[in-house]
Amino acid sequence: MSDYRISHIAALEAEAIFIFREVAATCQRPVLLFSGGKDSIVMLHLAQKAFAPAPIPFPVMHVDTGQNFAEVIDYRDRRVAEAGVQLIVASVQDAIDRGMVVEPPDGTRNRIQTPVLLEAAEKYQFDALFGGARRDEEKARAKERVFSFRDDFGQWDPKNQRPELWNLYNGRVHPGEQIRVFPLSNWTELDVWRYIGSEDIPLPEVYFSAERQVVDRGGMLYAVNEFIKPREGEEVFYEKIRYRTVGDANLTAGVRSEATTIDEIIAEVEVTRITERGATRGDDKTSEAAMEDRKREGYF
Amino acid sequence: MTDTLTSREDTHELLRFATAGSVDDGKSTLIGRLLFDSKALFDDQWDAVEAVSAGRGDEYTDLALLTDGLRSEREQGITIDVAYRYFSTPERKFIIADTPGHIQYTRNMVTGASTADLALILVDARKGLVEQSRRHAFLCSLLRVPHIVLCVNKMDLVDYDEAVFKKIENEFAAFATKLEVPDLTVIPVSALKGDNVVNRSENMPWFQGPSLLHHLEKVHIASDRNLVDVRFPVQHVIRPHSNDNHDFRGYAGQIASGVMKPGDEVMVLPSGFTSRIASIETADGPLDEAFPPLSVTVRLEDELDVSRGDMLCRPGNQARVSQDIEAMVCWMDEARPLKLRGKYAVKHTTSDVRAIVKDVQYQLDINTLHRDESATELKLNEIGRVTLRTTKPLLCDDYRRNRATGGFIIIDEADNRTVGAGIIV
Repeated sequence: MSDYRISHIAALEAEAIFIFREVAATCQRPVLLFSGGKDSIVMLHLAQKAFAPAPIPFPVMHVDTGQNFAEVIDYRDRRVAEAGVQLIVASVQDAIDRGMVVEPPDGTRNRIQTPVLLEAAEKYQFDALFGGARRDEEKARAKERVFSFRDDFGQWDPKNQRPELWNLYNGRVHPGEQIRVFPLSNWTELDVWRYIGSEDIPLPEVYFSAERQVVDRGGMLYAVNEFIKPREGEEVFYEKIRYRTVGDANLTAGVRSEATTIDEIIAEVEVTRITERGATRGDDKTSEAAMEDRKREGYF
Repeated sequence: MTDTLTSREDTHELLRFATAGSVDDGKSTLIGRLLFDSKALFDDQWDAVEAVSAGRGDEYTDLALLTDGLRSEREQGITIDVAYRYFSTPERKFIIADTPGHIQYTRNMVTGASTADLALILVDARKGLVEQSRRHAFLCSLLRVPHIVLCVNKMDLVDYDEAVFKKIENEFAAFATKLEVPDLTVIPVSALKGDNVVNRSENMPWFQGPSLLHHLEKVHIASDRNLVDVRFPVQHVIRPHSNDNHDFRGYAGQIASGVMKPGDEVMVLPSGFTSRIASIETADGPLDEAFPPLSVTVRLEDELDVSRGDMLCRPGNQARVSQDIEAMVCWMDEARPLKLRGKYAVKHTTSDVRAIVKDVQYQLDINTLHRDESATELKLNEIGRVTLRTTKPLLCDDYRRNRATGGFIIIDEADNRTVGAGIIV
């Protein structure tokens, strides 16, 4: 440290901590979106570091589609208890039952998460919502600000974003409007894995490779579970897979892997040739501008 | 599990750079080429671009498609806003702020340059320096980007002619002497063919300098930071209110400049009270010293009244405490111009104040550097020198000396939009 240089991971951590503190100091009612996925796990870890030795001064919220990997939900509850933060669950199933949203015919609930999220934000009057999105994930994300303004309808307007200069973030909103805040904006998938490794952050087991019963759908390997049942004529076979991202259990595919430790995962990610969304998310493939459209509607 | 310290030290330094170019200079192609040749591109990204390019009937795969993110941009073939790209090599991790070169260039360029260690300016070898190249260079100099690289692109279209390159290089160097450009490097490239982007070109044996990527990997940036003037804007006060940490009171923030150590005497601005640093805390334990850009929590030996917006510095080296601010302002709002006597919110370090425009001294024509002293307002993308009077003092330095304490943003109080950027002079 004598030459006053730090690694890029340490610089990214310092930037994220600055962002967490800035929101806590300037916004009225922030909330951290927490799903038990690796990016949100890193977010919770960073939030703890930002306010130590004090507890995290805001609650966490899970927009729960009801289509989760069971152990990810176990992990979520365990981790939230450890951190001593309040967990708010906004249930998509509940919203379907109330008739607030209609379940799409194909059973995917990704898109109907958005109204549920917006409803919860309104109910609890959240003015700042932390998300774990990174700009390297997708082309529309590459143009999003760290503090991303959303209007009364939760909508993102890419042509009307606030210029973001130096580290001077503008989190001012009127009642009903929100700021989405992305402390991991400048991180890449590899940075997240390296950070998880260097900080020794525990993860749900689905991130590590294991022999799992799978079906092959259009070249993607889906593990057979409560939500993915083999279709007629579909072959079920065993394959060693792990998950690079953990979305809904009915949408997220695994990747073939031998990696059973973080270091082995990092080694695999370093040489991988496919983006994590390209490899594992059925939901982004629909149209080239799929993400852009969903963000305009208020999606994270 | 990996040892925390070693794996952190293993990873490399971060370099942020901004790119600027006119329409058709090949900037998107150059970035695409950097990503492609440094193997930062994933197969599915490449496949998507290839498919679109083939569908349009392009003769070759258009690398520019990699960076044109939004549908409206692809339809119009332009870049709307600052986009951020990431790649790394064994030497460094890079963050590119890719700024479009057309109409909104000033706003976007200023935004991208505000955090950049280096700016990359592109010119077309066939056209040489154009008005926009000069504007870009001026903005980089105004924003104090420490390193500038001029890429003379499309060398393949001038038969890799050294004379063409030399003429542009000399012309730019002459212009740069009128600006404050601490470090200038000029490289002849062909983004399309890949000459001197990642690999040294065999087509230009007369050029002895490094390839662009080599320069980006090696350029010395550690000395660009200000390690002399201790400036610690207090961001948040941490008081746990728990039995274990009953007496803990710490001042959280990111070190703007200087090096802080436990035992150092510090002065709190604006109150002027002094104390010593009791400890510098992080979640990983206390530090022996702290420097930018670390985020830490500072505890003082004495109980003082310190809150967000205050600043710690050294008694013998203090920030300026002033309500009268002289600044170069870049206006970024389409709807309303900056007006004489106009009232705005200002955010500077961790401090939020209100301000009134006391004087518009001149508007600067950034093509000719001519000063229009009759100006009374600044419109979108205009730059001028103004005098502000703030409701509370700013704890600031000249931007020239300290980028972190010399810059501020101007916010419209009615709709909360960021409408301007200011540089204290």
